[in-house]
Formats: sequence, C-alpha cells, structure tokens
Amino acid sequence: MIIGEQKRLDEIAGMLEGQRRILVAGCRSCVAICLAGGEKEVAVLAESLRLLSSLRGKGWEVEEATVERQCEKEWVAELRPRIEGKDCVLSLACGVGAQTVQAMYPKVRALPGLNTSNMGAPEEAGIFVEKCGGCGDCVLHLTGGICPIARCAKSLLNGPCGGSQGGKCEVSPDTPCAWEEICRSLESLGRLDLLEEPIPPKNWLSARDGGPRRIVNKEAVLSEEQKRLKGGKA
Amino acid sequence: MMRIIGYCCERGPGEALDLAGEKGMRYSSDLTLIQVPCAGRVDEVHLLRAFRDGADAVLVIGCLEGNCHHVYGNLEARKRVDRAKRILDEVGLGSSRLEMFHVASNQPFRIVEMAKEMASRVESLGPNPMAVKE
Repeated sequence: MIIGEQKRLDEIAGMLEGQRRILVAGCRSCVAICLAGGEKEVAVLAESLRLLSSLRGKGWEVEEATVERQCEKEWVAELRPRIEGKDCVLSLACGVGAQTVQAMYPKVRALPGLNTSNMGAPEEAGIFVEKCGGCGDCVLHLTGGICPIARCAKSLLNGPCGGSQGGKCEVSPDTPCAWEEICRSLESLGRLDLLEEPIPPKNWLSARDGGPRRIVNKEAVLSEEQKRLKGGKA
Repeated sequence: MMRIIGYCCERGPGEALDLAGEKGMRYSSDLTLIQVPCAGRVDEVHLLRAFRDGADAVLVIGCLEGNCHHVYGNLEARKRVDRAKRILDEVGLGSSRLEMFHVASNQPFRIVEMAKEMASRVESLGPNPMAVKE
C-alpha cells in the first residue's frame, strides 16, 4: 500500500488562500489504512478548515467526499457532481489520486493535502514502514523475502555495510539492518547458501533512473472499436 | 452567559451525574451535558463542531482509566481530545478550551468541580470569538 501523511494545517491553509468553494476529497484505499486520507480524516480536516475559516474570516465553503480509489478514473468520475462549481479540490489521496483528479477535471485546481511517502505496510497500530523500493527488478527470492532496496539505507545487494551495529542501521536506532534481517530470514528458511551467490550490479533502468515507467498488458488494452462500443468508458 | 458543552459517558460519569442530582448538588446552567454510550463515541469532528457552533469550552467525561465498559473507549477518547487540542492550537482558538476528565460513579462532586474548572478557564480566556461575531 501507499503510505502518506497529512500536511500541516497551516501549509494546507496557505494553499487554499484565495479559494472559496473547496471540496476535500478522500480515498478509501491505502491512505485510509494509514490514517491519512480516508473518510474519517476527510471529516476532521474539513471541520478544522471550517473552524479556521470562521475564526479568520476566510469565507471558505468546505464540502467533503470520499471515493473508493482516487487513482482510478471510474471512481473519480463519481466526483463530477461534487466538483462542479468548486474552485479547488483538496485531495487527501496519494499523489496518484490528486493527479487523476487534476487530469479528469482540468479546469479545477487539485491541491495535495498529503505528502505521499512510500510503498509499505502497517507494522503495528499507527506505525507504517517502507517495504518496497519499486525498482522494477525484484530480488526478494534471493534475499529471504526482505527488500534490500527499500529496507537498507544504502540499498546494498551483497551484505551489510560497516554501519550495521547490534542488528540496527547506523541511520537510526529504530531502523533494523536489512541485511541482518535477510541473514536471519535465510537462516530460518535453511537457505543461507543463497548468500554464497553474489547478486550482480542492478540494472536501474527499470527503476526511476529510466524515467517515468509505463507497463502495458497487451491483452487488456482495448482496440479503438472496443473503446467505441464501451462508450468512451474504457 | 457562557456556553460549555460536555460529552458525558452514560455509565460511570452518567451515574455520578444522577447521584449529584439525588444529593442536591448544583452545577452551573452554563454547562450542557450530552450523554453518549461511551466517551469513545466522541470524535474530533464532534469536538470541533461544538466550537464552530459557538461553545466557549468543551469537555469530555469518561470513566476512570481501566474502568471502561468497552475496555478502551475512554483511552481512545483521550487520544481524540489530544488530537483536537492540537487542531485548536493550530487554528488559534487555544487547546485549553477543551479538556478530558475521568469520573467514577461515586464521584458526583467531580461533575461540579469540572463545571467550575471550565467556567474559570472561559473567564480568563474570554468568550469564543466566533460566538462574539454572531
């Protein structure tokens, strides 16, 4: 899931300066799980903005709406009647959701209410940890199911650096050393032999270094005829 | 006249309220108490909305820690009050207008004390600026 956290209220208020009719738009997927942009967070932020507006005479008219997934056009289409007549949409989805809203409603400003951080998972209630670097060339089968790209501060592929102390990373005492965890996991799996095989230098072209990525599933792509038959809803 | 809103759990604090009535204890009519099934039912939106509607102060009254019928509703309520306090500071209304109290069923005097405490805070802070505008 995508992990994000809400921007500070004063930063959001700064972005809304000069706007009047505002829709706070949430997403029930990843950002709801990480307690940053689901229905509840939308309600609290909307109420905070109304309070701020009343106190400081901003004149904001704040409405709220939450869709299932703000990254998909089909769900964002549901927002059309709520967006009509608005000056801006304050998106509490990840950056993908905010961009989808902007692409579908080019005449209304989509403003980001969240800072989108990473691809990760809930560690325990309220704690969310980065797990995947999205490098496009997964090596989890060689590393005991632990991603060295995202979970090692240096993204090392062949063992820990000298900063690994007592199972922790030198970057922070709260951060486990990914290679310590990889060794423990391989030990538990009875596959320490995998450590004997050096992992060759990575081709980073499949990561961000190759520019924005695009994946095409040819079987799923509709022909022009199919798109026409679907009434432009593809 | 002040407007103080209290969200009050109907269990321990609710019984304390009944007992206060039976014993003839009085608290200021500035305090309006709204009974809820559990303090954990109250969330930030209820608290902030009360201020937007003109409350000078808001309090949440839950059971004593460890005594919640719903196990941790009162602890959740405290977290929400803390979050709402942060928001009140950020918008400039001030967090001291909001408070969480814990009361047992045999502490009717605490209801009277809380009403006095919040009234004294409003006296020193002044009325809710939004209520003044109205």
